[in-house]
Amino acid sequence: MSALSATASPHVELSHVRMAFGTREVLRDLSCRFPRDRISVILGGSGSGKSTLLRTVGGLVRPQSGSVMVDGEDITKLSESELYRVRQKLGMMFQHGALLDSLTVFDNLAFPLREHTRLDRRAIADAVHVCVEAVGLQNVDGLLPGQLSGGMVKRVALARAIIGEPVILLCDEPFSGLDPISARRIESLLIDINKNRGVTLIVVSHSIPSTMRMADHVVVLLSDGVVEGSPADLQRSTDPRIIAFLSDGEDPSITAPDDLPGTTARGAIPASPERAAALK
Amino acid sequence: MRAIQDLGFAVLRFVVDLGALTVFTLHVIRATLVPPWRLRLFVDELFKLGVLSLVIICVCGLAVGMVLGLQGYNTLVRFGAAESLGAVVGLTLVRELGPVLTALLATGRAGSATAAEIGTMVATEQLDGLRMMSVDPIDLVVAPKALAMIAVLPLLSALFIVCGLAGGYLVGVGLMGLDGGNYLASLQSAVDFHDDILGSLLKALIFGVLIGLIATYRGYHAAPTSAGVSAATTSTVVVASVSILIFDYFVTALWGV
Repeated sequence: MSALSATASPHVELSHVRMAFGTREVLRDLSCRFPRDRISVILGGSGSGKSTLLRTVGGLVRPQSGSVMVDGEDITKLSESELYRVRQKLGMMFQHGALLDSLTVFDNLAFPLREHTRLDRRAIADAVHVCVEAVGLQNVDGLLPGQLSGGMVKRVALARAIIGEPVILLCDEPFSGLDPISARRIESLLIDINKNRGVTLIVVSHSIPSTMRMADHVVVLLSDGVVEGSPADLQRSTDPRIIAFLSDGEDPSITAPDDLPGTTARGAIPASPERAAALK
Repeated sequence: MRAIQDLGFAVLRFVVDLGALTVFTLHVIRATLVPPWRLRLFVDELFKLGVLSLVIICVCGLAVGMVLGLQGYNTLVRFGAAESLGAVVGLTLVRELGPVLTALLATGRAGSATAAEIGTMVATEQLDGLRMMSVDPIDLVVAPKALAMIAVLPLLSALFIVCGLAGGYLVGVGLMGLDGGNYLASLQSAVDFHDDILGSLLKALIFGVLIGLIATYRGYHAAPTSAGVSAATTSTVVVASVSILIFDYFVTALWGV
């Protein structure tokens, strides 16, 4: 691992994590940190283990070795029932929403409150409507998830993730499959949640422009390790793989090296400080 | 050599599956005993698995009873024992066909639907969504479905038997001209409440446990793809059907039911 900058006190920290599914190793000796009250974005090619990393932080998959500290607690040592206690501090926005398809939007949002609080019906309804308005939706209470557009599903999923007032919010590709306007709206919501509620955000994304706009901290998953730092640190990097990443495929003269996960492109990489400067 | 390897893998997979099913079963039992109890979800499942299966159970029960009546009459009449038709139809239905056919029908209709529903929830990350909301999916999704299956199967089996007896009566009395009183008297004298009726309900209960656990287990462990859901559904029907027939033999042999 090469650290491009020192990070603030970590809210989530992974140390020497190894995660494999059968013989396929997804995370190999991975160590990285996600600072408290900041927006961290995880970048990497398809199949590089971004979503697995996020699911590891949520305790949905257990690594074969290494530690995962979440808010000061090593969750790899916890039983499933103990994990439920830790997860009450977490919210997760899944890539495809993961809304309960037999429940209406209102019931989906009210569900965590009904499960974990003693709020009465009126208080729950108020909390649901505050969240629905916060994500810019209206008149969706009675709709089923199947009746919503992709952007609406993402916003309902975001509302459900924040309704329990988590201290850490995990977002798996919140901008994928969205038109630019919807993507910008989600991006603004995430920034707002971080700034106004002080929630630590860990976002998996493929979008370099939105990463550069919103991230305080970036973690890039590469086949041979992790590079992390601020967006400015990454832009100053002369590492050809980082430069290839930040180009976001817009410059055809930049092609990815063979070992860049999820890519098959071949060719020389003009890894120069000038190129890095040009990308700023 | 290759065949021995394959056999070894198959045995290992069976043992691993059996262990996982045992752990899963214990988890379901714990979710059932420890609050919160999901009474409303349980009632919803009773409706889905039970009430929505009523038509198929009644129609099949009636058809099976009519066939039994016809076959039984044609055989018994050769020995001059046509008056015993009620006993033959009754004992066949109560001891064997009622619980077994009901279980096979429930596997095809409700068991496959249960596996597909849970498998789809796995594929669409709904169960992971529940875990992230600190809600145990076994408590919320699996236990109510498994329990409803266990509760509903003896009732469906009883209904199947009643419809079958009615079918036998229709053919024996309505078509073949047997005396209705004789049919019922022979049925009443042959079928014992303790040995036959309670035994039949016990069989159905055991089959309900098998279907409930196999369907929910297969769905819960489905691969998160459409092919995975399809495989879970298919294997539910195959494994549950074979298990029902094997357990039927052992229950009959051990308890004489």
